[in-house]
Amino acid sequence: MAEQIPLVDYLVLGNDPHLVANECTSCGARFFDRRNACASCGRSGFTKVDIPTEGEVRAFTIVAFAAPGVPTPYVAAMVDCAGTSVRANLINIPADPEHVSLGMQVRLTTEVVGTDDEGTEAIGFGFEPKEA
Amino acid sequence: MATDDVWVLGISMTKFGKHPDKDMVDLASEAVLGALADGGVTMADMGVVAAGSLMAANAGMGQQVQKQLGQTGVPVYNVANACATGATALRVAMLAIKAGETDMGLAFGVEKLSGAGLLSGGTRKDDSGVYAPSGRYGAVAPVDGRIGTDIMPGVFAQIGMEYGHRHGGTSFELFARISEKNHAHSTLNPLAAYSKKMTLEEIMGDFMVAYPNTRPMCSANCDGAAAAVLVSGAKLATLSLEQRRRAVKVSASVLTSDPWEEACQVLPDVNTLTRNAATLAYEQAGVGPDDLDLVELHDCFATAELVHYDNLMLCEPGGAVDFFNSGATWRDGSMPVNVSGGLESKGHPIGATGIANVWEVATHLRGEAGPRQIEGAKVGLTHVIGLGSACGVHILEKSAA
Repeated sequence: MAEQIPLVDYLVLGNDPHLVANECTSCGARFFDRRNACASCGRSGFTKVDIPTEGEVRAFTIVAFAAPGVPTPYVAAMVDCAGTSVRANLINIPADPEHVSLGMQVRLTTEVVGTDDEGTEAIGFGFEPKEA
Repeated sequence: MATDDVWVLGISMTKFGKHPDKDMVDLASEAVLGALADGGVTMADMGVVAAGSLMAANAGMGQQVQKQLGQTGVPVYNVANACATGATALRVAMLAIKAGETDMGLAFGVEKLSGAGLLSGGTRKDDSGVYAPSGRYGAVAPVDGRIGTDIMPGVFAQIGMEYGHRHGGTSFELFARISEKNHAHSTLNPLAAYSKKMTLEEIMGDFMVAYPNTRPMCSANCDGAAAAVLVSGAKLATLSLEQRRRAVKVSASVLTSDPWEEACQVLPDVNTLTRNAATLAYEQAGVGPDDLDLVELHDCFATAELVHYDNLMLCEPGGAVDFFNSGATWRDGSMPVNVSGGLESKGHPIGATGIANVWEVATHLRGEAGPRQIEGAKVGLTHVIGLGSACGVHILEKSAA
C-alpha cells in the first residue's frame, strides 16, 4: 500500500479518520490553523480536540467557474459538526441543487486527491450524505 | 453648523466601466479635479491626502496624483483595506480633520479591474515533487476547490445560503430578483458600467458562477475612480452660501473589523461587524433606520445584499426575505436600496467603491440626481465591506443652509 499523507495537518488518518482542532484552554474557541494566540480571548494555551465526524450542512455553494486547473463543478460547504463549524467540500453526491440541500445530514469521509513523485498519496476529506 | 462636524464640500466620480485609454493616475486625476471643482477649492487648500487602491496598494498613488495635480508637500496616506479601501481613505482624511491637523482634506479611490476575472482562488497545477506540509494548515497541496472554496462568488453565495438556513424563505429566484432590482435601477444611472435592464429569466439563465450567483448577480469588475473633499464645520462656516448649501454633513463615520465569533475563520462572518458598524453609526448620527431616505449597501453579490438588509437593521431581525418581497428596497419603495444600480451593475472598482457610494447619496441629498432623484432625500447611509474583514458605514445629511 502506498504511503499516505493528509492534505492538511488537522486531518488525522487511520481507522477512524477525523479532524482535530486547537482548542483554547481558557475560552474554548476552536481553530484549525497553527496558532500564535487565541483570537477570542488573547491567551495562548491550546489543547487538541477531536471534532465529531457527523454534522449538518449550514451553507453551501456549487462552484461552476474556478481558477485554472481546479475541476468544476464542486460543492463547497460549511458543516456544523456538533457546534464546531468545518469548511469542506460535499462529495459522493451530484453537484446540483436538486441533490444538495441546507440542513442535510452528512458524515466525514476521505479520498485520494493526488500522488507525488515518490508515490505518496495525499488524502483529503469531504462530507457525504449520511443516508446513501 | 457645529465646528467639530466634518462635511463633504466637493465630490465626484468618473464613469465606471472600461477605460482602456486611461491609466490609474488619469482616472484618479479626473475624479480629484472633479471633486475640487465641485467644492470650489484647489489642491493648495488640501491639508491631507488619503489615497485608496487595493490592487496598486504599493504604488504610492497619492503621490503620483500629487505629481500631476499639485505637489504641495502635505502628508499622503496610501491605504488598502480590502473592499473597504475607499471608505477607509475617506475616514483617514476625516480623522486628520477631527484631530485638528488640518481643516480641509482630500480622499480618493481608484482601481483598474476591467477583464480581471476571479480576484481570488488559487491556480492549480499538477502535483509534482515530494509532498511536504506548508503554511498554517500544513497543507501538502492547494486546498481551494478541495476544502471548500476561496472564490468570492462562492464565499458570498454561502453567506446568503447560511441566512436562508437560519431564517428560511431564500431561493435561487429570490436572490435573482434582488439582482433584477439593481439592474433595473441602473438604467437611470449614466455613470454605471452596465445600465441595461435584465429580466428575471435572463438573470437566472445567465452563466452560473457559483450557485446561486450567476454572472449578473456578481459585482462587475471595471475601471473607475471617485474623490471627495472634506472640510471642518468651522472652515465651512467661512465659505460662500453656495458652498454651504451644497455641503453634505457626515453625521457618522465608522470602521469596524470582524470580532471573533464561532465559525468566523471557517466562513467569513460579514454580519457581526456590519451590525456593529451600523449600531455605532446610528448612535453617532442620532438617527435610526426609519429616518433613512436611501441606502447604498455593499451588494458585491446578490446573496450579500439580502443579509445586509438585516445587518443594517433596515428590517426586523430575520425578516430580510419578507422585507425584500414587500418591494421596500425598489426605488419607489419605503427604503430604496442601491438606486445607483449597486455593485452588480454600477460596478465595483474596489478602491473607488467606498467613495462612489457617498457620491451617490450626496447627489440625492443635494437634489442633483436628475431622473433617478429620490425626492426630498434628507438622510442616507452608505456601507461597504471587505473580506478580511473591514466594514465602513457613513451616514450623510442634507445641509440646512
